Amino acid sequence: MVKEIERAGFPVVHMCTVVPISLTVGANRIIPTVAIPYPLGNPALTAVDEKELRRKLVKKALKALETPVTEQTVF
Amino acid sequence: MGIKIVHYINQFYGGIGGEDKADYAPEKISGVKGPGMGLQAAFGDKATISSTIICGDSYFNENIDVATGVILEMIKEENPDVFIAGPAFNAGRYGVACGAVCKAVSESLNIPVVTGMYIENPGADMYKKNAYMIETTNSAAGMKDALAKVAALALKLGSGEAIGTPELEGYMARGVRRNIFCEDRGAKRAVDMLVQKLKGEKITTEYPMPTFDRVDPAEPVKDVRKAKIAIVSSGGPVPKGNPDHIESSSASKFGKYSIAGIDDLTPENGETAHGGYDPVYANQDLDRVIPVDILKEMEKSGEIGSLHDFYYSTVGNGTSVNNSKKFAAEIAKDLLAANVDAVILTST
Repeated sequence: MVKEIERAGFPVVHMCTVVPISLTVGANRIIPTVAIPYPLGNPALTAVDEKELRRKLVKKALKALETPVTEQTVF
Repeated sequence: MGIKIVHYINQFYGGIGGEDKADYAPEKISGVKGPGMGLQAAFGDKATISSTIICGDSYFNENIDVATGVILEMIKEENPDVFIAGPAFNAGRYGVACGAVCKAVSESLNIPVVTGMYIENPGADMYKKNAYMIETTNSAAGMKDALAKVAALALKLGSGEAIGTPELEGYMARGVRRNIFCEDRGAKRAVDMLVQKLKGEKITTEYPMPTFDRVDPAEPVKDVRKAKIAIVSSGGPVPKGNPDHIESSSASKFGKYSIAGIDDLTPENGETAHGGYDPVYANQDLDRVIPVDILKEMEKSGEIGSLHDFYYSTVGNGTSVNNSKKFAAEIAKDLLAANVDAVILTST
């Protein structure tokens, strides 16, 4: 899906935990995330800390969308 | 005892449990377990599975290096003649685990390795060059046939017999070329092939070209503070109740869901339809799969231009590449019409 949406001209940032799969399917901007069942959270943290963690990951993703890349890049 | 074999399986086939036990750390038990019984039956007295290694699929994929190291040690202690993993069919994390362990065993211990999976399993593209990988059906309905092929190949490897072509043995081509003698010289074979082609007959090339399907990175957005961002996910996020009945595996559709007026996802307004991971955490707080809460806050504070009023979702669990492509093409059309500038795509 990442590749097909990017083919249409959109920069896509792929946020996922298993980076090798993302590389194999051809994502170009990749943000490694926390865990398979909760990529953008962590139930072991307090609600406040968990949200902070998510904010950091989203910020990183937005930064990746602003970054020119010429090849597959793991941020 | 003939050929000594160690077998790797996941927590499901190891009888430990389903997705709730997918974080199970590697364990070695003696003898056979699960599909190992079928393999052992196929071996008869020619080979013995001395021990079985069980590891949770999520544990492996979230800790690839550590898990591979631990499992490698377990296999080293056994010093088998052949190592077998799976078969994994279309279970993505399981396929990656089987492939990664096979690669490590083959490279570090120099022991022949066999695994099996469906051709669209992400583990296939990643590791088919590192192992004899039997091509299986996409579900465990094909277990019997898969085990027969895996067992036959393992016996050949263990006894040092020559291995036939991928077509003959049922494994995926590894990109290895061997010289062979042909009855006819190249020029004649080429002309024969041309004649066949002109007649409209099926021809088999002697040198299949690899298929590279890469998309060049799109231009970045100049300023996210002015950009319209959209969320897409293969993690199966849906409004509470899964109104479109997106399937928990092998999805035949995607959904488009409004988040206008929703600032936070809660157990009351969202859940996951995905059947390939433990849904407890996503159902408690779906922001853990799609960060709607953060993006809404960023929209208000001006850190992003705007958030598209809809998110797009499907279940990436055993879903065919063809369906995924089709969904994404339709989603892209919609994004274009909505003047979206960039996409955050999350996967579980």
